[in-house]
Amino acid sequence: MSAPPLPSTRRREFLAGCRDEAPILLGVAPFGMIYGLLALGAGLPALTAQAMSSIVFAGSAQFIATQLIGAGAPAAVVVATIFVVNLRHALYSASVAPYVRHLGTAWKGLLAYLLTDEAYAVAIHRYLRDGDHSEVSPHRHWYFLGAGVTLWASWQASTAVGILLGAQVPRSWSLDFTLPLTFIALVFPALKDRAAAASALAAGATAVLAFGLPYKLGLMVAAAAGIAVGLAVERASS
Amino acid sequence: MSWIPVLALGGLLTFATRLSFIALLGRVETPDLLRRALRYVPPAVLSAIILPELVVRQGAVDLSFHNQRLLAGLAAAAVALRTRNVLLTIAVGMAALWILQALAAR
Repeated sequence: MSAPPLPSTRRREFLAGCRDEAPILLGVAPFGMIYGLLALGAGLPALTAQAMSSIVFAGSAQFIATQLIGAGAPAAVVVATIFVVNLRHALYSASVAPYVRHLGTAWKGLLAYLLTDEAYAVAIHRYLRDGDHSEVSPHRHWYFLGAGVTLWASWQASTAVGILLGAQVPRSWSLDFTLPLTFIALVFPALKDRAAAASALAAGATAVLAFGLPYKLGLMVAAAAGIAVGLAVERASS
Repeated sequence: MSWIPVLALGGLLTFATRLSFIALLGRVETPDLLRRALRYVPPAVLSAIILPELVVRQGAVDLSFHNQRLLAGLAAAAVALRTRNVLLTIAVGMAALWILQALAAR
């Protein structure tokens, strides 16, 4: 194995985090714009649509919340669905926790706020690369911060662009279809084994069967069914 | 009605989820069942969102060849499976939908 990288300053760590996040922005910026478009289409005021990008700050949850609001779902269902869709972030939290253990409360809070799919992917790659060489840099959290802030800024900016363009895109373009397409692209990497595939199939089938449930509760019922089936298959095959 | 309070609550829950293990590590033992259950959240939630979007049209299940979104979704899934490329998946899916819509309109 090669020698660990040289110790770095806070500033250099921060900028390295920004730089490593940059290629991901290519994929994030279109989503931000589409979210802005869909949010206006669902009837949200521009300011609310923009605020959601910093209050919730989670692409897939924002897409779904927008769709539910447009379909007239009650507030409690919108909140519960945002919560369930974002539950995966607990995994990221568990994964980075050992690396930020030594930090103060304010740092932990700030990094938790910035812990999106994309910032996590970049930050954990760095932590895993360093392995046990925690002496490599005492400032690795600045790298995490750089990645997180870069993503945050581009998410806000692309949302704003989407909102500005929003009024000019006709419905016949069917841009709402980008929602399932995005999730189709994301679901395959999540199907790592038989249990995960069974979980996905069970949840998908349940969601179709439960489509008629009031208040758009089908998603929650389907998620619960999928998790239960995943756990059952895992137990049966171990 | 304003959606801001609703979104604030959703955002607070999201923040709490992201903070959970970062804040708790070393203080509380994570239950093993919870950790394992969390692994199935992404596949379960994603497919629960995808399938009804493709299969349910005008409130009814439609598995026919007239269902443009189902066909375009299958094309996108084939691309996703082979390339794992998010942008390409979306591009192919949208192009397929537009072509099918144009053909149907003729």
